Amino acid sequence: MRPHSVSDSARRRVGAPHTSMFLRMLIRATVLRRGRAISALLAMVVAAAVATAMLNLYVDVQVKLRKEFRNYGANVVVVAREGQALPSESWQSVQSVLAGHGLAVPFAYVVARTAEGQSVVVSGTDFDQVRKLDQWWSVTAWPSRPQDALVGARAAAVVSPQGKPIELSFQGKTIHLNPAGALRTGASEDSRVYISRQDFENWTGVAPSTIEIAASGSPEEVNGVVEKLATLLPSAQVRPVRQIMEGEARVLGKTRATLLAASALIILTSALCVLSTLMGWVFDRRRDFAIMKALGASRQLISGFFAAEAAVLGAAGALLGFVIGVGIAVWIGRANFHAPVVPRFNVLPLILVGSVVVALVSAALPMWMLQRVQPAVILRGE
Amino acid sequence: MFVRLVYESFRRQKRRKVLAGIAITLGVGVATAMIAVATDIGDKISRELRTYGANLLVTPQDDTLDLQIGGVDLKPPSDGAYLSEADLPKIRGTFWHHNIVGFSPMLPVTVGVRTDGGTSNLTLLGTYFSKQLSFGKEDFVTGVKITHPWWKVQGAWPDDNSQDVLLGVSLASALGRKAGEQIEIAGQGHRISGILSTGGVEDGQIVAPLSLAQQILGRPGAVRRLYVSAMTKPEDALARRDPKTMNTELFERWYCSPYVQSIAYQLQEAIPHSHAEQIRQVAQTEGTVLSRIKGLMLLVTLAALLASALAVSAAMATAIFERRSEVGLMKALGSGGASIAALFFVEGALLALMGGTIGFAGGALLARAIGQSIFNSRITIDPVLFPLILAIAVVVTFAGSALAIRRAVNLDPVHALRGEA
Repeated sequence: MRPHSVSDSARRRVGAPHTSMFLRMLIRATVLRRGRAISALLAMVVAAAVATAMLNLYVDVQVKLRKEFRNYGANVVVVAREGQALPSESWQSVQSVLAGHGLAVPFAYVVARTAEGQSVVVSGTDFDQVRKLDQWWSVTAWPSRPQDALVGARAAAVVSPQGKPIELSFQGKTIHLNPAGALRTGASEDSRVYISRQDFENWTGVAPSTIEIAASGSPEEVNGVVEKLATLLPSAQVRPVRQIMEGEARVLGKTRATLLAASALIILTSALCVLSTLMGWVFDRRRDFAIMKALGASRQLISGFFAAEAAVLGAAGALLGFVIGVGIAVWIGRANFHAPVVPRFNVLPLILVGSVVVALVSAALPMWMLQRVQPAVILRGE
Repeated sequence: MFVRLVYESFRRQKRRKVLAGIAITLGVGVATAMIAVATDIGDKISRELRTYGANLLVTPQDDTLDLQIGGVDLKPPSDGAYLSEADLPKIRGTFWHHNIVGFSPMLPVTVGVRTDGGTSNLTLLGTYFSKQLSFGKEDFVTGVKITHPWWKVQGAWPDDNSQDVLLGVSLASALGRKAGEQIEIAGQGHRISGILSTGGVEDGQIVAPLSLAQQILGRPGAVRRLYVSAMTKPEDALARRDPKTMNTELFERWYCSPYVQSIAYQLQEAIPHSHAEQIRQVAQTEGTVLSRIKGLMLLVTLAALLASALAVSAAMATAIFERRSEVGLMKALGSGGASIAALFFVEGALLALMGGTIGFAGGALLARAIGQSIFNSRITIDPVLFPLILAIAVVVTFAGSALAIRRAVNLDPVHALRGEA
């Protein structure tokens, strides 16, 4: 017999029952004290769920609110130099830069005269796009047929009193329009007449001089759009609408900061809930602990046993809680923003690690207290 | 005997009572802070949304049609009607004057400016920068610095009573002028106190104190437009109704709500011959954004309340569960289930009241800290909430204890004393 094979088999013999005993103790401990284990798990699940929901919301709220802020309309404007039209390729350039991440609407303007000789600004645009871009426009009916016009509330009194058909002339050419709807915005749009781009170009031959763009995304992405457009369209002015961009950044920042504070508070509270439940659970099993110690279990084994139990509990709670938390986040997204929050799976490791750490800490505290006590004292029930 | 039991329980089991008390205190503190933040967030965000600028526009009632393309006014300056500058301070006398953050009058004038190549016609916009005004005994400051917070000046803002002007940034680069230089406007030399950048049409204009614009136009006291920035309540069904169709009671309610419509109505009352209209881009969108953020905070507050209720319940359940040998002893000595339950409930109520009081104070401080650090303004908590929060704390503590108490009462004393439960 060679000495190393002895030690090998001995190690195997020691190792094998040890592992199975360890597992068995873990499982039996949970099964036997179902009530306590379930309540500890429940606390874990709730905490993990709340934390997941809050983190998901925190990450997603920026995207959701940005979408709301796009209701403020264009954040980038491309304007031709004074008195000129935009170069003909500008529309394609804008579309290629946006690549679907935003809306762009062209506007062409002329000053026309009514039959009575009153001046009025007439604009040609794409109604379908305007409707999406400028959602604050209060319109009685959107024009749908050719020769239909959208008449500003103030312009209406001048160009079509009592809803009469409109006759406008520009450079000797006359157009007859049918006032399909009334427009109210409270700003300069109220003094204008809007017609479709087709009608406008047939009538005046004037090309768009302004493109209003609602670029979606972060301030950096919007600035990227501005820079790309500026290089593509050197003959036009491309400018971010500072009013919109700054307001958005400010409100978004404050909202996120508040949400962060709230999340921190909520996660802290639920972590404390877990801490108190788990501490009670471990403390409650001081008899098991004392018996194990009295039977000669090493300190590492006992610590390992309780740590493994806590870790398993933490991990199981985290996984279950993650699923529930994502559900809560999706529900909040639907209820408040009418769009579901996209589950963030990169939150999962965070939740998992956090839960296990909290579980370990809550197991370690009572353990530390029990380590110092003689098993006999505990077993006597003192 | 009962009182003594409770007293001794508190005296002898300090560690457990302190742990449960801490849980309640924290739970109530977080709940209080979140309720305070959620009730105040509308106001705070509303104030932040004012960075979007004015949400109301006041124009003369019988004004002619605007001929504005890309912010360039094509209307002859002789055309149209004006508001009177003397009427403006009356805005401070309206019902909702506390909600009016600021206002800025505007008077665009076309002026001839001497450039290197001769004279060119440019738009000069007269306005208030941060004008000192008084209404009754009240002094206040208003102007574009408040209503147009995105306007940035390189150099210095002109004084409202001076003859200095601001040059729009693109105009300045076209003319090759810098801050501190002189510019000849309408035959007179003026100092350029700063270069203005707005990201809007003003970048190509000259912006001057209102009095200078009136002087050039030759109409003292004239104002073309007035931008008003007011904090409003999101629109609802009542807001959209026509005030003319309301009965007196409904009208009172409408008039006394800070809807953008009712503030517009009051502005019209305050300024003679005026027409006030909401700037829908700002006013309407503000409503949606505000209601979204409020809704979000409400849901988050619910989550916070849930989390703190669970924390309190868990702590109470643990505290009671730990005392089952005590319960066994009491039962063995002949006490009934009702008296044991009463003992625990009274202890719970005492803990809830103490924890609730400390938690409320702590939560109020927390809310204040959040308000101070995020919004730079205080979040005040309504003292009316105090009894409500105490009541909630007691209810949650009871609810959390109920299950554990039931189990404690149903315990077999033999098992409990042997520690086998």
